Amino acid sequence: MDFLFVINQALGVALSPTTAAYALAAIGIGVHFGYAGLLNFGQAGFMAIGAYAFGITTLSLDFPFPLAFLSAIVASVVFALILGIPTLRLRADYLAIVTIAAAEIVRYIVSTTGLSSVTGGASGLSAFARSFQSFNPLPGGSYGFGPWTYSRAEFWVFLWGWGLVAIATVIVWLLMRSPWGRVVKGIREDEDAVRSLGKNVYAYKMQALVLGGVFGSLAGVIFILPRAIQPTNYATTLTFFTWTILLLGGAATVFGPIIGSMIFWVLLVLTEGVIGGLVRADVITFLDTTQAGQIRFVLLGLALILLVVFRPQGIFGNKKELSFNV
Amino acid sequence: MSETTLTHPLVDGPVGPGCKKVDPIVVADGVVRRFGGNTAVSVDHVEIPRGRITALIGPNGAGKTTFFNLLTGFDKPNEGDWSFNGQKLGNVPAFKVARRGMVRTFQLTKSLGRLTVLQNMLLGATKQPGENLFAALLKPLWRSREEEITVRADDLLRRFKLDAKREDYAASLSGGQRKLLEMARALMSEPELVMLDEPMAGVNPALTQSLLGHIKELKNDGTSVLFVEHDMHMVRHISDWVIVMAEGKVVAEGPPETVMDDPAVIDAYLGAHHDTDLGDMIEQKSVTERARRVEAKEASLADD
Ligand SMILES: Nc1ncnc2c1ncn2[C@@H]1O[C@H](COP(=O)(O)OP(=O)(O)O)[C@@H](O)[C@H]1O
Ligand SMILES: [Mg+2]
Repeated sequence: MDFLFVINQALGVALSPTTAAYALAAIGIGVHFGYAGLLNFGQAGFMAIGAYAFGITTLSLDFPFPLAFLSAIVASVVFALILGIPTLRLRADYLAIVTIAAAEIVRYIVSTTGLSSVTGGASGLSAFARSFQSFNPLPGGSYGFGPWTYSRAEFWVFLWGWGLVAIATVIVWLLMRSPWGRVVKGIREDEDAVRSLGKNVYAYKMQALVLGGVFGSLAGVIFILPRAIQPTNYATTLTFFTWTILLLGGAATVFGPIIGSMIFWVLLVLTEGVIGGLVRADVITFLDTTQAGQIRFVLLGLALILLVVFRPQGIFGNKKELSFNV
Repeated sequence: MSETTLTHPLVDGPVGPGCKKVDPIVVADGVVRRFGGNTAVSVDHVEIPRGRITALIGPNGAGKTTFFNLLTGFDKPNEGDWSFNGQKLGNVPAFKVARRGMVRTFQLTKSLGRLTVLQNMLLGATKQPGENLFAALLKPLWRSREEEITVRADDLLRRFKLDAKREDYAASLSGGQRKLLEMARALMSEPELVMLDEPMAGVNPALTQSLLGHIKELKNDGTSVLFVEHDMHMVRHISDWVIVMAEGKVVAEGPPETVMDDPAVIDAYLGAHHDTDLGDMIEQKSVTERARRVEAKEASLADD
């Protein structure tokens, strides 16, 4: 087994655009759950909305990159309003149920054959990054070093991915030290108390839902830039992964989602490399290579359980401020 | 002394349940709230005097908290209407009621344990530009207001003897301190009418005296106060007016010196025990009750 190769791969994935996309999606549910106490179990739906809005406007409407990007934002705002208007006046559980269902509905709609002329049906969409790359100002050649070496096109995606993560992080940091953040954190704990102080709780919950949803949608855009749009990617496991990342890093923390995403992906690659390598070297004989790939997720689930039990505030969280029982 | 001939400077006409006030701040008419078959509140007419301390008393389950919830928009009545400062308030959402200057506290304290004491206080202030999503991003837009309200918060915290706890999470406060914090927080907005639901429950006896002082100070500042309380000493000591509820209705009202002698009040509180002294009885009740409530609170905290 080539340890060096595995480690190299793990280091590479730590800064991959996919890791950035997951971090951004986790920042989004961090705004929802970590700060505002909203249970969004449909972040995969927001990511799908962003990805498809971007892909469809590029391919069917010939939108240039900036307009397609804007479309992804607008689509997620509309999606958040549709989910929020009927549920945010009700108890928190309603939003949770509606978001799970809505994410699944989105996935079914984009996979139906009836719409395949627009959405590509079950095979999804590809070749939508051309306009995005046409805005690439970088001269040719390769960028970075070691495990972080990128082609010109890859580096353009890298810059956008981590650039958006940085912008989202700064926005969250600015908001959470502001009076707006104070109101939202108050709502997380007791809506009625905040209402009794003259704050329009419904409006704040809506703003938080929209903001986190936009981050989710842009995460969807980043996620597809290096690959094709595949409807199967937007199953509930995607939401589950973003939650794992958020809880790993710490729900009410500024850097938690970023570090959480890096740890999550590095661990996945490392365990795959190590377990896969041991299977191929016949050290582990009771698993085949496919099972070796799947066992990682069993370990991941186990790790999440241990985390909930032993460090409910996440790696960076402050226990006094937040643990799971919001 | 007959009830119908009794008059009082706060009252326009004869004193009695539902009597008109010279200068009312709240006027409620035909307010009814039913829970299934149980009529929790059924108030024909009641007026709260402006600039005074009014006590709302009555046995447990009389509907005092429910009436508070209705007036402040936290619950919707089946029927009825009421006004604050002459403006109709039926169907106005709770946050708008608070913005109009009618701020309440809760019987079961709602201090925000995962915010610090200071953050709790600042949350109570109004007209904060930084509470707008976009302005929040630019600190220069809200820094000066933040400084102003921090001064006010510190001043109130000193008055309520919570200044040493300023940076602590509110969860670390005792039950009584949380009551104080909730009341201080309600005062951040400089409300015209403060409605306190059992402000003394669970408050350390050493603090009750200063709490009484704060409530009197409020009146001196021109704020109207309506409070629910079981402690008859407190009621007698600080209130200018007492309204008695039983089984959802206003059964008596009057100045504290005379309302205790009202047969309707004695009935409401004591039922058949007519010959027991009312003061003793109520006090007894409030002591055992408070003990019970403290136990219940501790049990619920332990659950957390
Ligand atoms: N949410 C509710 N659902 C059903 N019944 C309620 C509810 N709130 C209050 N009640 C009932 O209304 C009556 C008045 O309660 P409450 O206003 O809490 O009394 P008080 O504050 O005077 O002790 C009680 O009989 C109580 O059981
Ligand atoms: Mg009550």
